[in-house]
Amino acid sequence: MIKNQDFLEKIAAFCIDKSKKRGATNSNVYVSNSISETVNFRNRQLDESDRSDSLALSLTIYINKKKSNISSSNLSKENLEKLIEKCIETTKITPEDELNSLPDKNLLAKDIKDLNLYDEKNYDNDKKIEYLNEVEESVFKKEKIINSESSFSEKKSNFILANSDGFLKGYKTSSFSAFCVAVSKSNGSMERDYEYTNKCHLEDMMKSSKLGEIAAKKAINKLNPKKIKSTKIPIIFDKRLSKGILNVLSSAIFASSISRNTSFLKDKLNTEIFNRDINITDKPDILKGLGSKPFDTEGVQSNELNIVEDGILKNYLIDTYYGKKLNLQSNGRAGGTTNLFFENGNLDFKELLKSNNKILYVTETIGHGSNIVTGDYSVGASGFLVENGEFLYPVNEITIAGNFKQIFKNITLANDLEFKYSTNAPTALLEGLTVAGK
Amino acid sequence: MNNFFEKTDLIRKDAENIVSETLHKCDDGELYLENTKNESIVLDDNKIKGSNYSTDLGYGFRAVTGEVIAYSHSNEISKESLKRSRENLQITLKSKKGSYNHSISKTNKKFYKDINPLEEKSLNSKLEILREINNYIRSKGSIVRQVTANFMGEHKDIEIIRSGGEILKDIRPLVRFNVSVILEKNGKQETGVYGVGGRQSYDEYLNNYNWKKVCDEAFRIAAVNLDSKPAPAGEMKVVLGPGWPAILIHEAIGHGLEGDFNRKKTSAFHNLMGEKVASEDVTIVDDGTLQNRRGSLNIDDEGTPTEKTVLIENGILKNYMQDRLNARLMNTRSTGSGRRESYKHVVLPRMRNTMMLNGKYSQDEMIASVDKGIFAVSFGGGQVDITSGKFVFNCTEAYEIINGKIGSPIKGATLIGDGPSILKKVSLVGNNMMLDPGIGTCGKSGQGVPVGVAQPSILIDKMTVGGTQI
Repeated sequence: MIKNQDFLEKIAAFCIDKSKKRGATNSNVYVSNSISETVNFRNRQLDESDRSDSLALSLTIYINKKKSNISSSNLSKENLEKLIEKCIETTKITPEDELNSLPDKNLLAKDIKDLNLYDEKNYDNDKKIEYLNEVEESVFKKEKIINSESSFSEKKSNFILANSDGFLKGYKTSSFSAFCVAVSKSNGSMERDYEYTNKCHLEDMMKSSKLGEIAAKKAINKLNPKKIKSTKIPIIFDKRLSKGILNVLSSAIFASSISRNTSFLKDKLNTEIFNRDINITDKPDILKGLGSKPFDTEGVQSNELNIVEDGILKNYLIDTYYGKKLNLQSNGRAGGTTNLFFENGNLDFKELLKSNNKILYVTETIGHGSNIVTGDYSVGASGFLVENGEFLYPVNEITIAGNFKQIFKNITLANDLEFKYSTNAPTALLEGLTVAGK
Repeated sequence: MNNFFEKTDLIRKDAENIVSETLHKCDDGELYLENTKNESIVLDDNKIKGSNYSTDLGYGFRAVTGEVIAYSHSNEISKESLKRSRENLQITLKSKKGSYNHSISKTNKKFYKDINPLEEKSLNSKLEILREINNYIRSKGSIVRQVTANFMGEHKDIEIIRSGGEILKDIRPLVRFNVSVILEKNGKQETGVYGVGGRQSYDEYLNNYNWKKVCDEAFRIAAVNLDSKPAPAGEMKVVLGPGWPAILIHEAIGHGLEGDFNRKKTSAFHNLMGEKVASEDVTIVDDGTLQNRRGSLNIDDEGTPTEKTVLIENGILKNYMQDRLNARLMNTRSTGSGRRESYKHVVLPRMRNTMMLNGKYSQDEMIASVDKGIFAVSFGGGQVDITSGKFVFNCTEAYEIINGKIGSPIKGATLIGDGPSILKKVSLVGNNMMLDPGIGTCGKSGQGVPVGVAQPSILIDKMTVGGTQI
């Protein structure tokens, strides 16, 4: 069983109290416990089981405007006292920084809504094995599948966040996830693809047979790919990838990137960065939402935020430190976004496929080719060539490249948004990119 | 040396007994204990952005029978916790029977010293260098818009207890020092990054104003990129510079030669053992025994001594990299390549320092032989799809080559190729082999481990360059 609230609260209170006695003017502590159990299958056989039990603590000590941090997995009082002593000594010789402080007390979360993020059900190993058996049965029903790996994980977590201004809150979360990776083979070509499901509640998971079936189908569709000639062509990002556009956006509008002058979107607040049809929202209070959180990693209340309205950038993502540097108040985004999504577009998926005679439909990219400073983008890609709305053949060993400043202004969204991850987007058509191939 | 049993109700003898009782009917396994101390001190935006110190102590208990691995880890070293782990292992392996392989070779060789880099240099002197670095780079002119520099140090103490009470130990220091510079000219911003590191104290890398060289290099790369023009798109000849660009070898070939992917037949190389996979001039080794290198280990994370493993010799595929599990199932021996990020992770066969050895050509000869192509000097990261064999890496410093001469710098672009066929397209191998500066981290199944790479300059006859200009 994971440690209860009481246990974590006691450790947090101990750290806050000891730090104060040793000379800290302020402090902030995060204590967490998580237990996860994973079972892996390969080719219809049990392959691996893994149980993880992990305690962690992170303490930040302030002495006026000086600050330093320690973290540890050893929560014995003796060890904590030693670490607090070390942290105090380190803080004393760390230079002052005017911007160092705890968050404004008025912004701290007060009443916390129950967002239904915890399912106490326990799915024991035999049940997991049963689920994975069904997954792999459905994978191998398909011809051309030569290999399969699947996995089921159950995780329960609990945490307490506390600071010396009296904040002391935390809650339990759970996660049930499964994936299946299928390998297909035909005429010397070998391809791999996957499907994945992740929910807070056990009952909401994708059905095992569906998981296997989708993974198998995707791997088979990719067989015997061709390389196409270098060209400028409209590109569709499958939903797996279109959410990535939001990750680039959020990295570029963190107060840290803006204030450090390292973002291609600096000075763009209240200007049009997307076309007028685009709306982007970050909503922290979706029931059972994978990104839902009532407060951020500093304890600041997170409220719903309109990031982009009619193409116009309305808000940065702001924490206390960089907010002070920009003279802006924290909006509870220390540690990142919550449930971030593009609102639906007007076309349905089929209409989007038919919007141009020739389209490259991309299902996977590889490489780390997004440059947040310049907006330049270049990654390896694979997918399908689509003509007049029909999938013609799979495509591989190509790259796609462009610049996000232009890409953002040339996005058309479908109306097929679903909440599968914490960041979500409908299928997206992007124009103005270059495909490099033969 | 850490005593893992000092402040717990678990005494060593009991731990050894639990390990032996649990594992004697399994094929393999061990109790892996680890105590890691980490520090990170960052200068950014003209300020010291605080300092972080962390300690992590825990164990991972592994039992292996047949192809099945049962693993349980915790950061609570106690009798109760270890007994709970034993139950977890037994539930998974309940109906399986194996016979424990006691053989493991021993070594006294040491490839790095038993030092604690976190304590060898005081916090004050680290802060002082960071301030000097900031002033030094910013004095290069008003085009400097941002300077970030950091120290990262680690001291990892491990102990492996096998069934029957056999004990293996290692202490691993690791440091890295990194500088990132952002320059701005005519409204255009570019970044330059450079770093150094390995398994020695910081001073070995920074003394005698060596840190200035790191700063100069980061500044130079950013300055080159300020003048870069859009990169070309399409297939062309590519000359790779020596040293760090060997991450091409790591991505394109290295991962595909790890034992697990070949046992499972998901690697594009799984049926190519003994076959010609590269031109005759190509020899590639994976070496864990280089003195003080980032990817070196005295013993791997299963206790096997590391070695220099020949992967490809004169173009012929000779060996895969193996941990104990995959070696047993493939009827071969471990190459000392079993690694894990920490006690929280299972062992996987991984690379250490992956190197392409010297050929006979000079870099100038290679460039002179190219009518139209690119010369890639430095890279960011890379990635590979093991199954299809397609791999990418991102240039951070590259130039066009026109009529045998180096031309303008070009914007960072991704290069994509096919792992199993790329080495056949290596037409010239240089005579200027260089090790990377000691900054690589390899990711696999969510686990990051420190690695090294090395190569001479090479000429690849055809690769797709992912620029924007057709």
